Amino acid sequence: MPESAIRELTFAQAVREALAEEMRRDSSVCIIGEDVAEAGTPFKVLSGLVEEFGSERVVDTPISEAGFTGLGVGAAMTGLRPVVDIMFGDFITLTMDQMVNQAAKIHYMSGGHWKVPMVMRTTLGATRRSAAQHSQSLHAWFSHVPGLKVVLPSTPYDAKGLLKTAIRDENPVVFFEDKMMYKLKGPVPDDDYTIPLGVAEVKRAGDDITLVATSSMVQIALGAATLLEHEGISAEVVDPRTSWPLDEKTLIESAKKTSRVIVLDEGYGRYGVTSELAAVIAEGAFYDLDAPVKRMGAMHVPIPFSPPLEDVTVPTEQTVSEAARQMCNKG
Amino acid sequence: MTMTAPQFEAGADTAVQRDKWIHMYRQMVSIRLFEEQVNELYTRALMPGLAHLYSGEEAVAVGICEALRIDDYITSTHRGHGHCLAKGASPDRMFAELLGKEAGYCRGKGGSMHIADPATGNLGANAIVGGSVGIATGAAFAAKKLGTDRVAVCFFGEGALGQGSLYEVMNLAQLWKLPVIYVCENNLYNEYTHYTETTAGDVLSRATAFGIEAASVNGQDVRAVYGIASRFVERARRGEGPGFLQCNTYRYTGHHVGDINREYYRSKAEEQLWKAERDPIKIFSDWLLAQGHAEASLLKEIQDEIRTGMEAAVKFAIESPYPSVDEVEKHVYA
Repeated sequence: MPESAIRELTFAQAVREALAEEMRRDSSVCIIGEDVAEAGTPFKVLSGLVEEFGSERVVDTPISEAGFTGLGVGAAMTGLRPVVDIMFGDFITLTMDQMVNQAAKIHYMSGGHWKVPMVMRTTLGATRRSAAQHSQSLHAWFSHVPGLKVVLPSTPYDAKGLLKTAIRDENPVVFFEDKMMYKLKGPVPDDDYTIPLGVAEVKRAGDDITLVATSSMVQIALGAATLLEHEGISAEVVDPRTSWPLDEKTLIESAKKTSRVIVLDEGYGRYGVTSELAAVIAEGAFYDLDAPVKRMGAMHVPIPFSPPLEDVTVPTEQTVSEAARQMCNKG
Repeated sequence: MTMTAPQFEAGADTAVQRDKWIHMYRQMVSIRLFEEQVNELYTRALMPGLAHLYSGEEAVAVGICEALRIDDYITSTHRGHGHCLAKGASPDRMFAELLGKEAGYCRGKGGSMHIADPATGNLGANAIVGGSVGIATGAAFAAKKLGTDRVAVCFFGEGALGQGSLYEVMNLAQLWKLPVIYVCENNLYNEYTHYTETTAGDVLSRATAFGIEAASVNGQDVRAVYGIASRFVERARRGEGPGFLQCNTYRYTGHHVGDINREYYRSKAEEQLWKAERDPIKIFSDWLLAQGHAEASLLKEIQDEIRTGMEAAVKFAIESPYPSVDEVEKHVYA
């Protein structure tokens, strides 16, 4: 690939580029959601798409999450590839029947006769001062359901490559974007690359401890790894990139190599993604571990508004590096 | 509650051939005899689980589906056998599905409440009350975006009038003039509760509030249902937007096959009245005979032929193999 083909894009630009490329490539791809057209969503992720593709393909809806998600399911069954936009991840609660009882089960219940090639794009992540109903990370719920795939991109590069794959997938895929990451910049090729779902990436190699991190927590883990490096602790950062399908092999191999693991995810730990990842590692690498797998995620509280309260609800570079230090007996 | 009389004009009769009427009669008898076999399978403990019988409501499914093309879409309900048959499903593969056999429409994985069949435009029966309203509306959305002239029909019972998503999608459908017909089969009972105890206000006003064209029709009269359905379907096909049709009907049996003692929510006298005076097959066959479209002997012949066919279909299903156990993890993902 020529050097000039790699630009620095923000996470939001990478998402937009993936959508634009897929909409140019396949006329059945359309976007459906609240204020997705001229407004380009409150996060401005979709700015410019309606100008290129028109309001026939970038479709503004009423504030009816259950209604237009259900409409997306039916449209996906009958020839379109809708990308349904749920502005805040908290609003997935309103779409649960359509996603869990309908989209996830239609292929199986019909004996493989109908398919639902649909993407739901939504957000996760706290610390935006948005309070309890606009700050949750609820991706564990969809990860629990057979028939759905769940994508948790952590860089602009991954966001573009994974979203293109999600749109081409024949199944319902839920794509969670960390709303605090939209301005994060990173290198993104301008060509038509895709990243398969279910393949983890070692974001940083290390020997002493593994930090398994998803979505918003990958940057936290990388920051913590830099802090730890100054103290002579070599941390490996592994990003599953999708909570389902899950690349168990890469997680287990890293755990066997370093013998210590912290699992980081911004959702609630109780019955959450960290619980599942920790269990997978404990089952697969038990005899190679020097310490129990540690889980770090959101505190078990509704996300508070007040900044000093909100800030302590999620892991930070400091809390993660401190936990790693203790686990490596260098605390 | 005021129920508007059907506005269907009798002139359409002349436009329809005798063969069409006879075909509709066959379809109604097929549904009735199919459900008799289902009840028999349940009673003989040959069927796993339960089933929700459509007996008494045959004129609705047949009247609506005869107004559709094979490539038009339907979504169905937990009480869906009639819709599937009326849209063209074969009894043998339906019985096989009810028994959980590999030859079933869903390879035995769906069962009575989830029969789906792309070949006949059947997007699937749905066991969530009101669960398919989004799917039907989405199929209409895709038809419009893709420039086909297909129409989608969303069958649901009056119990679904309590579900909010119905109102969300009716709003979308009218905003975007989608070719979808919402068919409310009002059989008077939300499971074990009379609908007047659960439904405030007027039924049709729910649709007209959105500007959707709406009508009520005698759901025991297949010609009336067919007439108004044809008008709504053609209107939708021309791009003039959605319709809402309330078909007033009656469920002859319980909520499901095991709902035997029903007197705490409805009387035997009421059931007898509907069966004796408002039976859709009797109403239609009386008309066929009176008009000279058929002799009694022909109708008898049709009944016998269908009964024989149903017995053969049941035999096929009973003798069919179950899916192999390794099928359990297939089709979770496409």
